[in-house]
Amino acid sequence: MPQEHIEEYLEAIYDIAGREGTAKTTEIAEHLKNAPASVTEAFQRMKQKGLVRYESHKGVSLTAKGYKAATKMKRKHRLLEVFLDKMLHLPREKVHEQACKMEHTLTDETETALCKTLKGPTECPHGSPIPPCNLEVKNCQECFSEQNPTLEKRDKDIIAITSLKHGEKAKIVFVRGGGSVMQRLCDLGLTNGTIISLLREAPMNGPIEICVRGCKLVIGRGIAEKIFVQKT
Amino acid sequence: MKVDLVVALAGNANVGKSSIFNQLTGLGQIIGNWPGKTVEKAEGMLLHHGKHIKIIDLPGIYSLSTYSQEEIVSREYIALEHPDVVVNVVDATALERNLFFTLQLLEMGTPLVIALNLVDVAKKKGITINEKKLQKLLNVPVVPTIATKGIGVHEIVDAVIEQTTKRSPASKNTIRYGPEIETRIEKLERVLTGVNIGYPLRWTAIKLLEGDSEIVNKVGEKHPDVIVAANILAGEISDIHKEPCSTVITSERYAVAARIVKEVQTFKESEKSSMGERFDALSMHSIWGYVLMFTIMLSILMFMSFFGGWLSEIVRSLFESINPHMTGFWPDIAWTGGIVGFYATLSVALGFILPFYLILGVLEDSGYLPKIAYLMDRPCHTIGLHGKACIPLLLGFGCNVPACVGCRIMETKRDRLITVFLSTLVPCSARTVVILGLVGAYVGVQWAIALYIVDFMLIFIIGKILNRLLPGVSVGIIMEMPPYRLPSGKVVVKQAWNRFKPFLITALPLIIIGSIIIEAMRITNVLSLVSNALSPVTVVWLGLPAFTGFLFIFGVLRKEAALVLLMTAAGTVDIRSAMSPVQMIVFALVIMIYVPCVATIAALIRETGWKNAALISLSEIGLAILLGGITFRALSLFM
Repeated sequence: MPQEHIEEYLEAIYDIAGREGTAKTTEIAEHLKNAPASVTEAFQRMKQKGLVRYESHKGVSLTAKGYKAATKMKRKHRLLEVFLDKMLHLPREKVHEQACKMEHTLTDETETALCKTLKGPTECPHGSPIPPCNLEVKNCQECFSEQNPTLEKRDKDIIAITSLKHGEKAKIVFVRGGGSVMQRLCDLGLTNGTIISLLREAPMNGPIEICVRGCKLVIGRGIAEKIFVQKT
Repeated sequence: MKVDLVVALAGNANVGKSSIFNQLTGLGQIIGNWPGKTVEKAEGMLLHHGKHIKIIDLPGIYSLSTYSQEEIVSREYIALEHPDVVVNVVDATALERNLFFTLQLLEMGTPLVIALNLVDVAKKKGITINEKKLQKLLNVPVVPTIATKGIGVHEIVDAVIEQTTKRSPASKNTIRYGPEIETRIEKLERVLTGVNIGYPLRWTAIKLLEGDSEIVNKVGEKHPDVIVAANILAGEISDIHKEPCSTVITSERYAVAARIVKEVQTFKESEKSSMGERFDALSMHSIWGYVLMFTIMLSILMFMSFFGGWLSEIVRSLFESINPHMTGFWPDIAWTGGIVGFYATLSVALGFILPFYLILGVLEDSGYLPKIAYLMDRPCHTIGLHGKACIPLLLGFGCNVPACVGCRIMETKRDRLITVFLSTLVPCSARTVVILGLVGAYVGVQWAIALYIVDFMLIFIIGKILNRLLPGVSVGIIMEMPPYRLPSGKVVVKQAWNRFKPFLITALPLIIIGSIIIEAMRITNVLSLVSNALSPVTVVWLGLPAFTGFLFIFGVLRKEAALVLLMTAAGTVDIRSAMSPVQMIVFALVIMIYVPCVATIAALIRETGWKNAALISLSEIGLAILLGGITFRALSLFM
């Protein structure tokens, strides 16, 4: 099974099941317009590689390794979409298909260069969030101002604060973007390395409430999605 | 007046600065349990042991790297006006974050006294703070206080006076950063010698390294070379730490704050979740939170409608029972003009305005308002705002003037303008008087609620349009959630009285005089002249009785006056004999939407400038007339 197909499957599971959910075989088959039989076969192969957990009666879900690979592909895909839209001014409806083809050949080095050139975009042209990079940086400025392009890779699994479960604690490792909003977050005590916990979130992508340094703070979804944490 | 000492109260939002201010000065600054109440500085005097002390209450501020408009007020005051002593009010339940600001004040070299407030709440949470140790570590006097009960408040003043007599050198107090930062601060201080922008030197250097836009602009105007130097130095720091320089400095300050907290604070976790915690979970729940919010809003409206109607009826029949029923020019002027004007005003004041201020006080003091901001954040995004906008909008139900001023808590100019516009459309207590006192009492409460719904829809639609017209996106909400507390009866009553007083002083005489004038004009037939001039709009388009024309003009002064004067102008207290239900609904609708009252227009000019104020007022007049006419025609079909 070619790498390209595996990556497509990973993305499909990511879209449907997300980080911890489960997707049904039929859902994936429909999503990729493949026959259910070949989908099942693909899942078996991916299970052998340790990318997914699969049981025919339960469905398929991503392992930590699979999730990491899937986010990487999503990142490349959405960065490419931004590039095709913003720089090459391709029609909106064509960027997705084109990005689908290009993403599999994009090297990590090109991905980093693309992110820098595009000034660290946070969303694709369709409004979906672009997952953060896996470089050893604490925020985007560092990457833009860095003379030496060989940044170390981050060997950690980082997630947006909004992906935490209620009551879960995590450490802030990376704040995307910059300017006055980031400074304000720092002033309110959300500095790198600070332990926070997610208390609750409002429905329909509403704001979240977190506990930081003994205070409760409400943060809008748009801002919260730029704060990345590592589970402790 | 003689002033011996100037003392400013500063600190994070919602830590009790205004409470301490009120305790010290006996004045009535608005207090409540939500961040962002105080947006303007207030002044008051205190006579303490023969000294005349001027107390300044400043808006809440989290950091000297200011974020919103009201924070700039505080920073500029502390840094440029040089108060003799700054009393830093600190929330004992959130010591770490509060100390972060304290450290910045120390850095500025401000003579400081710390009021460690809310020690009672901290104790309940299991937090004890060793204030002696804190005093020693920071080298400034620390006074534990419970502001709401007035405990420790006068000890603050004693400490302030003591601090002015033996001022310790400020440099001893400032925090030290890592050597790689300190050397660069010193370098920049050397470059800065001779550059004077009014702020202390070391502080200016640190702010330049942080890239604070205000300071950079101020210095950069005359000395662009300094900015270049600062940028190089800041770049060096961020290369060492692999983080922007401002973040490095902020992190170091927090590290110092955390270290201090560790030394002075002991924390004993209480097992059971408190009532507040449980109510938090309910009121912020994804479903029950909204159910609760709508229930609260609706019951307030229903209560106001029934209670207000009942009470104003009592006041009215009381006065009617002593009506001497005399006729003639002077008795008419005195009774229908003066006395009816008086008791009609009294009835709306006691029935609707005072009860609402009491309810608003309870909402404010309990800490429920921020929960509404949380619940409504997502819906607010559809009109290009964020949840904080709900707070000035809710205040608008009391009076639009503080609502307009309260919009300063919005971070960007665009958000502020949209929120100001929308807050002038919120039915304030004066409009509630007209809606409930006229439509609610004589047509039916369901029609009054319908009017509210129309108003909310209008706010939503206009918000959508403004969002289209004004480019840009809202920055998003970042807001502290204060814990619930039991509202203090004393505070609520005092607050309601403070808000009610201006009504008695300005509105009551104004309405009585207006009522006498209208009665005189009615008897001498001048009223019909004015009304006839306006009749193309009032009679032909809106379908209202001719005498209402004058009321719309008078209603600009005070909207509740429109209802009171309606009785005078109709020549009867029983409005039902002078107006049909449709006419009452149309009248209330137009009053609800058309041009804000003079006080609000004045606030609009102050907050947004002449042009925007005129634009907002004119568009609302147009909208009111347009909708009024359409409603008249639509309702006439089936009523």
